[in-house]
Amino acid sequence: MAFWIASSPHNHNQAETSALMRLVTYALFPGIFAQWYFFGWGNLIHITLAVVTALISEFIVLSLRSKHGNKSTNKHTLSKQLFDGSAILTAVLIGICLPAIAPWWIAVIGSIFAVVVVKQLYGGLGQNPFNPAMAAYVMLLISFPVQMTSWQPPLSLMTVDLNLSNTISTIFTGFTSEGYSVEQLRADIDGFTMATPLDTLKTNASLGLTVYETMQNQIFGAHFSLGWEWINAAFLLGGVFLIFKKAIAWQTPASFLFSLFICTFIAYSISPDSSASTMFHWLSGGCMLGAFFILTDPVTGATSTKGRVIIGALAGLLVYVIRDFGGYPDGVAFAVLLCNMTAPLIDRYTRPRTYGHQPSITKQEEGK
Amino acid sequence: MDSIIQRISQGKFWPFHGGIHPPEQKKITNEKPIRQLPLPKQLILPLQQHIGRQGDLLVKVGDKVLKGQALTQSSNPMAVPVHAPTSGTITAIKKSAIAHPSGMSELCLFIDVDGEDTWRKREICQDVSQLSHQQIIAKIANAGIAGMGGAGFPTHIKVNTKPDINFLIINAAECEPYITADDLLMREHSATIVDGINILDQLLNPAFILIGIEDNKPQAIKALQQATKSLEKINVCVLPTKYPSGGEKQLIKLLTGKEVTSGTLPISSGIVVQNIATCFAISDAVINDTPLLRRVITLTGQALAKPQNVWALLGTPVSYLLAQAGFTRQENTPVANPPVTNPPVIMGGPMMGFSILNEQVPVVKTSNCILAPSKTEMPSAFDNNANEVECIRCGQCADVCPSQLLPQELQWSAKAKDHQQLAKLNLFDCIDCGACAYVCPSQIPLVQYYRIAKAEIRQQQQLDLKAEKAKERFEARKLRLERDKIAREEKHKKAAAARKASMNKKTPEAGAAKSAVAAALARVKAKKAAGKQDSTSTATNNEETKSSSELPIANDEALDDKSQVKAAIARAKAKRLAKSTAVREKAVTNDEETKSSDELLVADEEESKQSNSADDKKAKIAAAIAKAKEKAKAKKAQATELAALSSEQNSEQNSENSSATSAKADDKKARIAAAVAKAKAKAKAKKEQQSNPQPSNEEIK
Repeated sequence: MAFWIASSPHNHNQAETSALMRLVTYALFPGIFAQWYFFGWGNLIHITLAVVTALISEFIVLSLRSKHGNKSTNKHTLSKQLFDGSAILTAVLIGICLPAIAPWWIAVIGSIFAVVVVKQLYGGLGQNPFNPAMAAYVMLLISFPVQMTSWQPPLSLMTVDLNLSNTISTIFTGFTSEGYSVEQLRADIDGFTMATPLDTLKTNASLGLTVYETMQNQIFGAHFSLGWEWINAAFLLGGVFLIFKKAIAWQTPASFLFSLFICTFIAYSISPDSSASTMFHWLSGGCMLGAFFILTDPVTGATSTKGRVIIGALAGLLVYVIRDFGGYPDGVAFAVLLCNMTAPLIDRYTRPRTYGHQPSITKQEEGK
Repeated sequence: MDSIIQRISQGKFWPFHGGIHPPEQKKITNEKPIRQLPLPKQLILPLQQHIGRQGDLLVKVGDKVLKGQALTQSSNPMAVPVHAPTSGTITAIKKSAIAHPSGMSELCLFIDVDGEDTWRKREICQDVSQLSHQQIIAKIANAGIAGMGGAGFPTHIKVNTKPDINFLIINAAECEPYITADDLLMREHSATIVDGINILDQLLNPAFILIGIEDNKPQAIKALQQATKSLEKINVCVLPTKYPSGGEKQLIKLLTGKEVTSGTLPISSGIVVQNIATCFAISDAVINDTPLLRRVITLTGQALAKPQNVWALLGTPVSYLLAQAGFTRQENTPVANPPVTNPPVIMGGPMMGFSILNEQVPVVKTSNCILAPSKTEMPSAFDNNANEVECIRCGQCADVCPSQLLPQELQWSAKAKDHQQLAKLNLFDCIDCGACAYVCPSQIPLVQYYRIAKAEIRQQQQLDLKAEKAKERFEARKLRLERDKIAREEKHKKAAAARKASMNKKTPEAGAAKSAVAAALARVKAKKAAGKQDSTSTATNNEETKSSSELPIANDEALDDKSQVKAAIARAKAKRLAKSTAVREKAVTNDEETKSSDELLVADEEESKQSNSADDKKAKIAAAIAKAKEKAKAKKAQATELAALSSEQNSEQNSENSSATSAKADDKKARIAAAVAKAKAKAKAKKEQQSNPQPSNEEIK
């Protein structure tokens, strides 16, 4: 009797990449729920649009690519690749990042760009140098600045009741069923357009207002930034869950948040009038989403522990610099892309010392 | 050093990087005693069951062998003998599939068991302390003991070492899941094991003896502690369970905090590691004179109805063991893509064991487990890496790697066959433990990629070595040819010098030859004078004829265009000349011709005699060449002389001679051709002259 021949190890912990992706997607749910609670249906619609578009584009690219592959295994691997969760996760992240009442084609273009250009053109899963969601976000932000900055205020501050049908109508036609335009939706009772807390802070700082004066704006709410603080807290919750599940490395978010804390703390101690507090920085914009769900993307991040710490610290510094000195109110997406670029170099210089190799010897070898 | 013991006594260890906790599954077998099996019908003994060389055969087909009888002997230090595990008859010596991941075939002895189990004569040693080191080592070597933990390194080499050994580490970790062979051995034979450790202590005299054992074997720990209670030197170190703490390097790190420098053996750090089962075998061999004939092997896995540890004779086919353990084939279970019809049977543990080719594969000295998993128990053993997806650089593999390598980067370089980068990433520090592949969420068979890469690199190294040798050979050949060429040139130079010298020597001889010619001419002249003829014209004619009759001898080459034209002119001229001379004297010419040529031959002979008398052989050859040349020269000189003579005669002769000289200057061929032409012309002229001499005479006028 001949036996089945396989290579060792014969056992496996039965972990799967698709399961990992699903877990990360589930961990986003609290944040999405908070978004829904404070900003309405917009993001859910965008997430749906993005997921559908991403799956369609992924399917098209995979079928084109698998034409050259082995026919018999095509069907099996195609469906498997399509539902490995990576495209869905990317699409969900894009949907979360978009302003709730941005037009529908923003989500569509974003997901197509993310899946086709950023992911598949570089070779598909595991081969992309940049985080697809963030690259797509930056592309949209640069190409369609008006649509991409049309953040509405939290529902509680809005003059118009933005229900599901109104949101759908706004996203697909640009007007609510009552005929309000996006601009009108964003206006407060006095007719002034309301921006995100980060945006407001930036604009007011350029007008010469102190942070304290700016904070009096109703958009900041009772604590740090109305709505956003809870959304960030929800993403933090999801992130801690992932760390607990060992789905992501804790070093990256910890190092990122610590670095941001150091930067903002220094700035706040030097000039409290022009610098927002650490808590404001932590709990506004895409801080927690970036820390736990974007920077921890294994494909585009560093792989060694040391490398993860460095990447996190660098991202924290960049986010602070862009928020305080840059042209954009939030800098998470830019910081992530810049860190993605540095990841291979950081990996190169943070290789661990192999067992039985003395550090001096390794250096000498590299010197050669 | 003492601090190490202090730490150990406090239960603190130096953790190694990484490691995993796969399901242990030791419960399947660790609650049953080691079972004695009835003798199998046939044993298949591979000649080589260890690292190193196989021994030389001592038996032939048809021989009756007794239990414990050596079947091979070692002529090489790295060779380990094999012994007959029971009495029986050798029925065949042929190639058969052995316990190797590749399923390759090696030379095996087939023994038909007679069932009597008759021992050869044994000498039981009463007091080991009486034995010298060399005697003990010889006993170990003759017992055919090789490391029983997995690698199978010849034990007698490991124990025959320099005196300053700091640590003797006994590896009882047994970190692989499922396997309980060492566990049971320790529980049932702790006294024998400690005897073995004492023998090793006597041989190596280490500063400390540490027994490394994982904490998932409480009964074995107890047994060992009991057996070593009176021995101060031996420390039983209870380690936290983590795979692969039983790896040699990992165990050393755990117990001593030291790392074995890459590319060296632990011995260079003053550490010797022995497997616990090897200690048992040493004790059995040295005290009871029992060579390594059997070992404990764990038969486990959910495909077995009666999983248990058994004492298996070396050479027992797996089929026999599986039958004893109640192996059930699950054929109709639907399995992954592509469908697997045959279940895997693994020799060794689930992490580092290898699936065996067929049921004929025998148990060898390094086999510690036969694992027959069921589909539900170990699905990944059944699928053909079908679930492999792209690496997402999650880095989990690097987190668990006990060698602190970067498996994900190794994998890319291995796929890209970038051997340089693989070397940079220390591929050869990989211990094949499989922890990376175990945790990989993309289910990439990482170890498989590394194995292929390692094999390719080794092959490349061998090819490089071959190429290097070929290059050396080529260089040597080139050098030799160069040397030969120089030697040849030197020789030629010498020969040329000799030739020159001999030529210079023979210049007077040449002169003599010339004078001989002159004498001949004078004789001819005298004859002519006697014949009342014009002496000058006779001489001229005579000489011309002679030279033209001699030259054709050498001539056998094709004529070229130029020389043809020249020859034509020469012919025409010669015709006229011949006619003119022939008119004057007819009969005399022919006589003279023969005579003068005879005289020349005599001169040549004289010359050769002179050269024979020349000093040595070399010079002789050179002289021969020189002679030939000289001959030609002499002839030339004659021709020139004649030319000088004839130039005084008339314009026609002059022109003929000048054409001859130009031809000579041009090339030999042309000259020869001309000579041929002349000869022909002469012959014609003679004919003509005989037919009608008168008109031709008028023509000249």
